[in-house]
Amino acid sequence: MHDLFIAPFADFAFMRRALVGAVALSLSGAPLGVFLILRRMSLSGDAMAHAILPGAAIGYLVAGLSLPAMTIGGLAAGLVVAFGAGLAARATSLREDASLAAFYLVSLALGVTLVSLRGSNIDLLHVLFGNVLALDDSALMLLSAIASLTLLALALLYRPLVLDTVDPAFLATTTRAGSATQIAFLGVLVLNLVAGFHALGTLMSVGLMMLPAASARLWARRLETTLALAALFAVLAAYIGLVASYRLATPSGPSIVLAAGAIYFLSLIFGASGGALRHFAPRRHLEA
Amino acid sequence: MSQSPDSGAARAKGCGVALQNVTLGYDGHPAVHHLSGDFPAGSMTAICGPNGAGKSTLARALAGALKPIGGAILREGLPARAIAYLPQAAEIDRTFPMDVFDMVVSGARVGLFGALGARVRESAERALAAVGLQGFERRPIGALSGGQTQRMLFARLMMQDARFLVLDEPFAAVDERTTADLTALLERWRGEGRTIVAVLHDLAEVRAHFRRTLLLARECVAWGPTSDVLTADNLARARRMSEAFDESAAACERAA
Repeated sequence: MHDLFIAPFADFAFMRRALVGAVALSLSGAPLGVFLILRRMSLSGDAMAHAILPGAAIGYLVAGLSLPAMTIGGLAAGLVVAFGAGLAARATSLREDASLAAFYLVSLALGVTLVSLRGSNIDLLHVLFGNVLALDDSALMLLSAIASLTLLALALLYRPLVLDTVDPAFLATTTRAGSATQIAFLGVLVLNLVAGFHALGTLMSVGLMMLPAASARLWARRLETTLALAALFAVLAAYIGLVASYRLATPSGPSIVLAAGAIYFLSLIFGASGGALRHFAPRRHLEA
Repeated sequence: MSQSPDSGAARAKGCGVALQNVTLGYDGHPAVHHLSGDFPAGSMTAICGPNGAGKSTLARALAGALKPIGGAILREGLPARAIAYLPQAAEIDRTFPMDVFDMVVSGARVGLFGALGARVRESAERALAAVGLQGFERRPIGALSGGQTQRMLFARLMMQDARFLVLDEPFAAVDERTTADLTALLERWRGEGRTIVAVLHDLAEVRAHFRRTLLLARECVAWGPTSDVLTADNLARARRMSEAFDESAAACERAA
């Protein structure tokens, strides 16, 4: 047991760093994923993650594989797409999902083109899939800072965010906080996607956000429990994924997302709140 | 209804709402045309009229959710937070994992970051009891029936402690028992000096419980004591006056 579950982390610093980075991502990303699902924005997270690519690619063109340059570029691109799509939805007859899809497809193509202009295929793979095993000190600091900031922001925004999700019209008649909340939420989302981008790449980072969130929805009935469970599932997936990747010599990012996927499929079947078994073999109903 | 109609008004003096030549609409097409009159403080007014008469539009405007395209709505002494609005078929996401107590307490006037102290919790319990939902505190909102949902929304209205309440078809899909219970609440609130405006379809309900009525058919047909307004003559006139938007309508002469 020790050899299997502890030794890889005891023996190798890069495994410890990977674990710390992935846990930081899990703690902040998974609760965000729960809100994305509740706000019916499950696919927006994916779209936004792709949208970060051209910004990071420009940073890469300017400074090579540099953490600050790619972070700033990614942040800028993510914010532009988030608010550009929102603006397009309000100012044109297209709905927000259509605008977002258009924006992110263009972004992804632009990003891949930009990276290929200068870099090798290895660099492109790094950008698309990240490398959680190569996180340096500054990257770890960045991930932890973003995770802390996100949890603080969620605590502060909790009430308006919940009200804006469950009954936006009511929030709009009682305060003017609705749009500010939405903007802050999108900002935090972009931050987390940029963090995820460094560890898991643009294609995989949403996995650690959405899969544990969807799994938690299948178990918990209360929002508080759902949020905590989502973070727990994400940490678990990160750990199992890293161990599997070490033992089986599989790529680490996809292994983590696959572990999250395994938890998701188990939850689909066994989930106590909406799982398939409950659906086909319901409990006996109560007296009242 | 034991109190005289003026006792509540006296307490809430200066908190009524007056309309001055108000025109409301979307894309320049008026839905409500040149409406003047007032909702006296402490009164309970029903807004009636055929479909498309502009009742919901007026309700939105009274609540401050829609700006008039002409005229003015005067809300003297009524800050925005003293106005509560229950829209028609509230757009609540009933799949959201939230329980009834949390929903009701979200109406509390504690701001977005204020603490929900013992006092607020007690008043939420009282509001739940007042609407007949005691024992439902921890039920998920998705598990409530249509009538229970409306009761929950009334409890939330109560938490808002507003002086001016606008309700858009509050009894649209609820049974007689619930309607009777919630109407009794409205009368209690009026007795506390609050001003109530409700869009209603059931004329028997209006005649029984609302002293004042505004009969609307995109313009004011009649506005005043219910018995004077809901006459066969006025109702027939309201039906004739409500017609569809005219896409090629010329600019209104009276607007100048």
